[in-house]
Amino acid sequence: MTPSDRDATGLLTRPDDFVQLVSPTGERRANADFDAWITDIDAAALGRLYRDMAIVRRLDTEATALQRQGELGLWPPLAGQEAAQIGSARALRDDDFAFSSYREHAVAWCRGVEPAELLTVWRGTASSGWNPFDRGMAVPQIIIGAQALHATGWAMGAAWEGSDAAAVAYFGDGATSEGDVNEALVFAASFDAPVVFFCQNNQWAISEPVGLQSKQHLARRADGFGMPGIRVDGNDVLAVLAATRIALDRARRGDGPTFIEAVTYRMGPHTTADDPKRYRTDDELADWRARDPLTRVLALLEASGVDVAGFERDVAAEADVAATELRAAVTTIPDPAPLSVFDHVYAEPNSHVDRQRDHYTRYLALFDDPDAAASGAAEGAAR
Amino acid sequence: MTTLTLAKALNAGLRRSLAGDDKVVLMGEDIGTLGGVFRVTDGLKAEFGANRVVDTPLSEAGIVGTAVGLAYRGFRPVVEIQFDGFIYPGFDQIVAQVAKLHYRSRGNVRMPITIRVPFGGGIGAAEHHSESPEAYFAHTAGLRVVACSNPADAYVMIQQAIASDDPVLFFEPKRRYHVKGEVDETASVADARPMGVATTITNGTDVTLVTYGALVQTARDAAIAAAEDGVSIEVIDLRSLAPVDYATVEASVRRTGRLVVTHEAGQQGGVGAEIAASITERCFEFLEAAPVRVTGHDIPYPPAKLERHHLPDLDRILDGVDRVLGRPNSLSGVEA
Repeated sequence: MTPSDRDATGLLTRPDDFVQLVSPTGERRANADFDAWITDIDAAALGRLYRDMAIVRRLDTEATALQRQGELGLWPPLAGQEAAQIGSARALRDDDFAFSSYREHAVAWCRGVEPAELLTVWRGTASSGWNPFDRGMAVPQIIIGAQALHATGWAMGAAWEGSDAAAVAYFGDGATSEGDVNEALVFAASFDAPVVFFCQNNQWAISEPVGLQSKQHLARRADGFGMPGIRVDGNDVLAVLAATRIALDRARRGDGPTFIEAVTYRMGPHTTADDPKRYRTDDELADWRARDPLTRVLALLEASGVDVAGFERDVAAEADVAATELRAAVTTIPDPAPLSVFDHVYAEPNSHVDRQRDHYTRYLALFDDPDAAASGAAEGAAR
Repeated sequence: MTTLTLAKALNAGLRRSLAGDDKVVLMGEDIGTLGGVFRVTDGLKAEFGANRVVDTPLSEAGIVGTAVGLAYRGFRPVVEIQFDGFIYPGFDQIVAQVAKLHYRSRGNVRMPITIRVPFGGGIGAAEHHSESPEAYFAHTAGLRVVACSNPADAYVMIQQAIASDDPVLFFEPKRRYHVKGEVDETASVADARPMGVATTITNGTDVTLVTYGALVQTARDAAIAAAEDGVSIEVIDLRSLAPVDYATVEASVRRTGRLVVTHEAGQQGGVGAEIAASITERCFEFLEAAPVRVTGHDIPYPPAKLERHHLPDLDRILDGVDRVLGRPNSLSGVEA
């Protein structure tokens, strides 16, 4: 690190000190250590990774529009982070388990989460959209960094069972300041837990720059915890795929955890309730727009002889269909029944909740059938 | 029947749970090789191995948070918080994760985690080692909160807590760890009194005295002392603080017409406040006097030389009994 890496406040500014296999303009960069992990990615496979990224970008745009139209209460856009999420999630096996934060829509896409399942939470109809055990992906986490410990515990258990499955903990740069993430790193190292800590350094924790969280590259912290740290270009889907495969292989072999810092950028607001114009510049945005994770893949495909124009058009059409399905799914999400507010507080019967449910049932009945309500009230008064 | 201390009874219960289900794992600081600072887990690591009885780094959020992940994986973690005052670094994982994941996942993810907490004072400990944080957890939906008071209950209740598909905060009265009692180690836990059901320790007709944990013994002593004075006290060991077995308390208050609740924790927002309010709502017309709380003061836990002035003892409890009976007491002339 040189003084020029920092701005006047001493905060970290220079991001491009990382492993990169595809440059922003689509040139393939050789890397002996990483290339060996993606020899199977031919033009067709690269096209599939592009397709994933293009579709989730389109879904993200559609969900943002749905929020603006009042169909969703809130939406945390992922735009800009497609390569980090697709590259890492496509490295996972079905029996691996992802523990994510709230922005990992592309990871959910890779895990087979349905559009209606993806929108449920943001529409406010339920606290979770899918059964974690159907998708190999936990309930997304709002508390910053809490899931890093869950991933670590899951991984410890997998190792104790003799499984070679691994857990991946997704979190952002801001989460690295939380105790839970640091405690997860301690536990994972202590128990050689098969877990990959996948940090998407998207430069901003709402309005706070990554330099406020760390005076050095986040991947360098791994060394202090006793595990390898890999810093990759998070907008380079091949580099992310290779890095995650390296980390997962290490986990499966019983060699313990790895910390990956995927250097990327959140192009949009933190959520639809945020206004990033208050804390960052147009120049910065333009700089990152030039590093777009999708365009570089198209350029690489073109260089390898693919009819990019036709391919791009086909994928765009497919993405439009997916977006239409997402929009249609919104209307299929039913509003929950009032008394379901009491469901699943406990796994076993609970006298306290049962009584409150009973009392509220009687209260609601007042609005349905005056006679029944009167007798219910009389009975209630005697209780 | 075997005579065991409360600590040894817990040890026997943990051993039986470990032997009965290989998904049960114990985790905590110093619980393995050392056997726990109170020796509750003594010998279990040697018997079941380091992957079943796990010495962890010194990190309460880490202990509870990894237990969440283990529960996701199908384990039934039993974690030890070494002392009551150390639970706060793990508070977020307990109230925001353990308590809520079943609800948030719409019943798909179970959190059968037992969190063992030695609690309460009276052992002359240093600060942060004598606290009664149970009300924080009783206030949190999704958690069950229980407290054992004697070896027989400890042996059964710890197994019930571990078998429960809900997360359980399991409070152990540390000043009673070495009190001995009869334990039937052959009895079926399935046939035992459920941990959510209170126990009537002594029958009485004049006052219902409700408590839990270490003060159950003190309350029993108070009942004996009061009987010599012609006052008949019904002592109820709540055992479960969330949910409270109101059926038992309510039935008792309907007979006695008077309620005293005593606990070591401070008064404001405590379990006693909840019980006094609930009983007032449920059987106001049966009450001969306003319910009275005899509790610790609303102060940080005091230095050891002062704790006898903080903890309810036999005489303070009897003073509370005098209040509900309208007999001369320390607040005579003040309350009106």
